[in-house]
Amino acid sequence: MIRVTLPAHLRQLAHCEKEVQVEAEATQRAVLDALEARYPVLRGTIRDTGTGRRRAFVRFFACEEDVSHDEPDAPLPEAVATGREPFMVIGAMAGG
Amino acid sequence: MGGVRVLVGTRKGAFVLTSDEERTKWDVAGPHFPGWEVYHVAGSSVDPDRLYASQSTGWFGQLIQRSDDGGATWEPVGKDFTYAGVPGTHQWYDGTPHPWEFARVWHLEPSLTDKDTVYAGVEDAALFRSTDGAQTWTEVRGLREHGSGSKWQPGAGGMCLHTIVQDPTNDQRLFVAISAAGVFRTEDGGATWEPINKGLLSDGIPSPAAEVGHCVHNLAMHPSRPDTLFMQKHWDVMRSDDGGDNWTEVSGNLPTDFGFPISVHAHEPETIYVVPILSDSHHFPPDGKLRVYRSRSGGTEWEALTNGLPQENCYVNVLRDAMAIDTLDNCGVYFGTTGGQVYASPDSGDSWAPIVHDLPAVLSVEVQTLA
Repeated sequence: MIRVTLPAHLRQLAHCEKEVQVEAEATQRAVLDALEARYPVLRGTIRDTGTGRRRAFVRFFACEEDVSHDEPDAPLPEAVATGREPFMVIGAMAGG
Repeated sequence: MGGVRVLVGTRKGAFVLTSDEERTKWDVAGPHFPGWEVYHVAGSSVDPDRLYASQSTGWFGQLIQRSDDGGATWEPVGKDFTYAGVPGTHQWYDGTPHPWEFARVWHLEPSLTDKDTVYAGVEDAALFRSTDGAQTWTEVRGLREHGSGSKWQPGAGGMCLHTIVQDPTNDQRLFVAISAAGVFRTEDGGATWEPINKGLLSDGIPSPAAEVGHCVHNLAMHPSRPDTLFMQKHWDVMRSDDGGDNWTEVSGNLPTDFGFPISVHAHEPETIYVVPILSDSHHFPPDGKLRVYRSRSGGTEWEALTNGLPQENCYVNVLRDAMAIDTLDNCGVYFGTTGGQVYASPDSGDSWAPIVHDLPAVLSVEVQTLA
């Protein structure tokens, strides 16, 4: 079980708590696929629907590291895979 | 008992303001979609409880919301605005080719005849249509592909299709306006389009006969006269009496002819409203006075409407989609400001009062007249 935290705008859309849990392989792609399957309204809000690429002002953090630029199929840290740490979806600070 | 429902889109959510026919006491509901930019909220004239809203942020992209109970509850619907075919390029600010990229929906225009049909004007400029209540969208590709698309260039606010006007007597005829390309017309339901910008003069465009490149801000039509169109251009207020084939300037005695919205009185086809703004570099009213100008002669001769509007130290803007007209016997006029005020006049503009004065910056105002 992988824990995922979501920013306020996306919690509002999904009508969910700050942290949700998904059953998925511990990669960005698998976790986001599972998240979008559970909350279809989030499709296109984190990754571009057409290209599948992370939206420019969305960031991914895990174990206090910015993993936004990691390959989507790269393994997430073990602490995320085991549920000790969450996979964090963040709205990037932008605009001053 | 009838009344009105005012639909307000702001930088940080949507609001629904309701009143009876007196339009003096208001209920304020919202914010809906708090924290999101709501460029536009529009209701169907076929079923006034059917509303559509454009919800977006730069962070998380575009959503479309639909309500079937007049805005009490909302449901997210289709948000896939994929351009048809290979989108190609338009001109970037520096004149170089730039790929077409979807940014957001600026304007939603429900069909006059079917509550499930709705048009969306988007940035980068294109027209989309849904016939299933906004669940799925298909580009009306004949517009972008009619031939001049590669010459379109963004205005300061982006290259947006912001205005959609339907001919109530002919469902095959549609007008759209794009910044900064101009006005386009279809006579065959969107299959083919032509630019209709003859007579528009824009500083910075070398040729007065330029087919495109004009920064049209807004269009308005009275339903009884579908061949007469009124336009607020970047500079200049214009009119056409031949369906857009030719335009003439009717700025007349306005203190400045820069502005964004333009509207037509519900029962007087030659009574029109604009909000003059000092200039494109200022984006606030002249002399710190918020004045709506009304012409009862279709332009050229204008009078300032000030009763109830701030006449000192006012430096707000009124954006292109932020003015609306109801159809009650005593016609109501509404507009919203970037300072978060929404003003209403229940008497055709003779007097004004704020409905609310501390909303987020107002992006759009629409009004529904309820039976």
